[in-house]
Amino acid sequence: MMEAQRNVVYGVNGPVVTVRDTKSFFMQEMVLVGKEHLVGEVIRVTSKETLIQVYEETTGVRPGDPVEPAGVPLSVTLGPGLVGDILDGIERPLRAIAAKDGVFIGRGAQVGGLDTQKRWETHVIVSEGEELSGGSVFAEVRETESFLHRSMVPPELSGMVVWTAPDGEYTIEEPIIRLRDMNGEEHPVCLAQKWPIRQPRPFRERLPFTIPLITGQRVIDSVFPIAKGGTAAIPGGFGTGKTMTQHQLAKWCDADLIVYVGCGERGNEMTQVLDEFGELIDPRTGKKLTERTILIANTSNMPVAAREASIYTGITLAEYFRDMGYDVAMMADSTSRWAEALREISGRLEEMPAEEGFPAYLPSRLSAFYERAGSVTTLCGRRGSVTVIGAVSPQGSDFSEPVTQNTKRFTRVFWALDKSLAYARHYPSINWLDSYSEYEPDLAPYFNARIDPHFGEYRRRIVSLLLEESSLMEIVKLIGADVLPDDQRLIIDIARVIRVGFLQQNAYHPEDTYVPLEKQFHMMKTILHLYDASRTLIEKGKPASRVAESGLYEKLIRMKFDIPNTDLSGFDTLDAEIDQTVERLAAQ
Amino acid sequence: MIISYQGLNEVSGSLIALEGVTGVGYEEQAEIRMRDGTVRTGKIARIDGDRVIVQVFEGTSGFSLENTETVFRGRPMSLPLSAGILGRVFDGTGKPRDGLGPVFSDCVRDINGSAINPVERVYPRNYICTGISAIDALSTLIRGQKLPIFSGYGMKHNELAVQIVSQAKIAGEERGQFAVVFAAMGVKNDVAAYFRRCFEDAGVLDHVAMFLNTSNDPIIERTVTPRCALTAAEYLAFDLGMHVLVVMTDMTSYCEALREFSSSKGEIPGRKGYPGYLYSDLASLYERAGMVKGKSGSVTQIPILTMPNDDISHPIPDLTGYITEGQIVLDRALNGKGIYPPINVLLSLSRLMKDGIGEGYTRADHASLMNQLFSSYSKVQDARALSAVIGEDELSETDRRYLQFGQAFETRFIAQGQHESRSIEETLDLGWEMLKLLPASEMDRLDPKLLAEHFGEGD
Repeated sequence: MMEAQRNVVYGVNGPVVTVRDTKSFFMQEMVLVGKEHLVGEVIRVTSKETLIQVYEETTGVRPGDPVEPAGVPLSVTLGPGLVGDILDGIERPLRAIAAKDGVFIGRGAQVGGLDTQKRWETHVIVSEGEELSGGSVFAEVRETESFLHRSMVPPELSGMVVWTAPDGEYTIEEPIIRLRDMNGEEHPVCLAQKWPIRQPRPFRERLPFTIPLITGQRVIDSVFPIAKGGTAAIPGGFGTGKTMTQHQLAKWCDADLIVYVGCGERGNEMTQVLDEFGELIDPRTGKKLTERTILIANTSNMPVAAREASIYTGITLAEYFRDMGYDVAMMADSTSRWAEALREISGRLEEMPAEEGFPAYLPSRLSAFYERAGSVTTLCGRRGSVTVIGAVSPQGSDFSEPVTQNTKRFTRVFWALDKSLAYARHYPSINWLDSYSEYEPDLAPYFNARIDPHFGEYRRRIVSLLLEESSLMEIVKLIGADVLPDDQRLIIDIARVIRVGFLQQNAYHPEDTYVPLEKQFHMMKTILHLYDASRTLIEKGKPASRVAESGLYEKLIRMKFDIPNTDLSGFDTLDAEIDQTVERLAAQ
Repeated sequence: MIISYQGLNEVSGSLIALEGVTGVGYEEQAEIRMRDGTVRTGKIARIDGDRVIVQVFEGTSGFSLENTETVFRGRPMSLPLSAGILGRVFDGTGKPRDGLGPVFSDCVRDINGSAINPVERVYPRNYICTGISAIDALSTLIRGQKLPIFSGYGMKHNELAVQIVSQAKIAGEERGQFAVVFAAMGVKNDVAAYFRRCFEDAGVLDHVAMFLNTSNDPIIERTVTPRCALTAAEYLAFDLGMHVLVVMTDMTSYCEALREFSSSKGEIPGRKGYPGYLYSDLASLYERAGMVKGKSGSVTQIPILTMPNDDISHPIPDLTGYITEGQIVLDRALNGKGIYPPINVLLSLSRLMKDGIGEGYTRADHASLMNQLFSSYSKVQDARALSAVIGEDELSETDRRYLQFGQAFETRFIAQGQHESRSIEETLDLGWEMLKLLPASEMDRLDPKLLAEHFGEGD
């Protein structure tokens, strides 16, 4: 055998390392750089030189240091052991790194993606002689108390089962079954498989969006709903509550699994997620939230190239669990940091910049990422979905900047966070005028069938009241509310009830942090009931101020706290009270 | 074996290029000795084969292609550290400038630091009582937080920083375990002297380590000043178990130095000419705050930055706000009214306060009071806007009450003396007193119990 050419570092510029005069690398190949084995990826190959982006700090890398090709594209290991863990941008478990390096993250930490020592209680569900294709489930592993891991045949493999291991405890590297393919070759299949992060995992077909991802957040579920398998963007300047909204969604949405990617964000925030999710109980399973969560943390001071990879690592993990037939929700906080990482690397490569220094391929990268979301029939014939919710941090809170604009093109829900709402401590600060959901018509049948036939109608009325208020506010700002005619004053008053009583939601209040759809519906219904009843009063010539003085508005504003989520009978009492009060006022 | 290289191949701005260099690593420290014996420091900014680009911190003035001798130190730039750094004054690259000789070091640390592993962090919860009402009640400072002050030229950010440092010290229960690290980047000499004097007056000077790069010091040196300061802070906190308060001023000068360096390297600029990696670079500073498992110390950062043209959407405050855990924003209009500290409470925010206030930390009613004050004060702005259009006389009774409340809130609650330290009880009680200027029906964030407690049954 000919000795492989020894490749060495020629130049270093930030995270970009060059190797000269070699033909041994292919694009997006994983490489190990230097004596410390820093993980990198090939990003440009020319006849003269090969460029490698390194996912760790390159301090101390010298010309002449060895560069070893791994022979595979940058890949992640998929298998049991991921759920409940916290990983960095290239799937290295941070707990294992901490055990090795202590408080600070060392470099070239050679810790594999998954624990290869741990033995998993495995139940094989296929038998010898069965024909399996790529994506078929062959074994089940109880990964956490609440999460069942379905091990699948890698997508590119198919054939007849010629051997199965008995049920028992296995590591992720031990063969569980053996498959004989069409050519008569035998392949061992184990619990773990590898997959290149930049390549979408295959599925059978895409499905239409018919089921909402229920989040328990009123402004989202009732006003701007998102479908399972859908895409959403949360843009907002700093301090508007992007991260808070992402946390609320991760805690309460009805997905089977959450992949939470902290991409270039604060270290303390990841710690908070770890702490909080370790204590909170998932209302559906009764187990800790960490048992259905995978955290990927690449904080803002961790290497920038790994930040770029972390988004792909996250979506690959999400797709893997989707293929088992689960509904997976991926939160990316924030995609702007990912775009900035692209810009940074692009700058180092001296590529011609497009808008604001971002590379010209920013839109195509964004669309490729968001297109990996979807509701699908998997290769094994189950229904699964990946919902992607990406936070965007626009520079200077300016929504016309390239990342926000391009994200808007490829996502179908836009929850615009508003600085002025946040300053007034109106949370979630989702602006009802700028936000939209294109899934609303697709999901209306679900809400109307499952909750109430009037759901869609009430939603439209609530939204139109808010719109009317905003145009009236233009007048109020100029001349005050006192001069408005009574029917318009009523709209302003009711809109206040909607804003404060319905749209505002207190994430720290035990009753209000998660609100079931039924209660959301009843709240809308009661508010509209008050509106209709007051209208009849005004039509009879009674002043609108009477209703305001009756204290009903305050009662409605407080109903989110006063009426428990588990007992909605309070709404009937409230409706009756509205009728009585209005009757009394009409008689005066 | 240390090889020295005679002469240079290129000098351009703060960068020098050497050819024929072997065996050096990226970001390694370089020492450039001139004929007259003066030594300047630099670090390797780029390597292409045997061609090496070195960034010289003190500038390249006086360099020719022949009159220098360059030595590479074989390690990245490092700082010698021991408990003896307290009470000392260093220049922007960490060399003593107080004439007291070198630091006898226990260890030497790479000034670039390493990222703290998120799983090893302890989520900060203990609040620091600064004695300043606007901060304690509405954007509480938490031990281990990074809370910048966004200011503008001519506003009293330095006074505010000094007040925070000196009053926070008094509240700290473990006095001996308290230290201040002060990093000055491009500030005027008299500002640096002011800080020194104030630390002396507060009697903490022997607990302060100062890293000074004043406005007449080399500009490129500024890019390492905060790194030296934070390396010292991490050592004091995580090796010696101290609670360290790091004051860094002025971050705007730091970013400008970074921009100058970036453009001299010919990098593709991002917004307003700042390098595309400004976010990552700032994060590599601000993220060096917090508390970690198994260590009793903490690093709390109070960076100060002046917003060019008072523009909060300028890249420097904008990117800072995305990294730090809140911000304290100073307001020119309040400053113009003579209110000190001129804190704009609506724009200010502390992200960590929600878990550090209330029962067991400050007082049970803190969160409700805070929400109500924010909500009421934001309505003051609407009332003022309306009054500007239609005149105060035309306002409704409620709106007039809001104007009164706004006035009182600014002049009595936000405003306080430069040496006045209010306890948390005083601050919260004052907050209730302010709210009572409004009718009970306007209290939309209080639960009925608190409402009855403070406003009685009827009003």
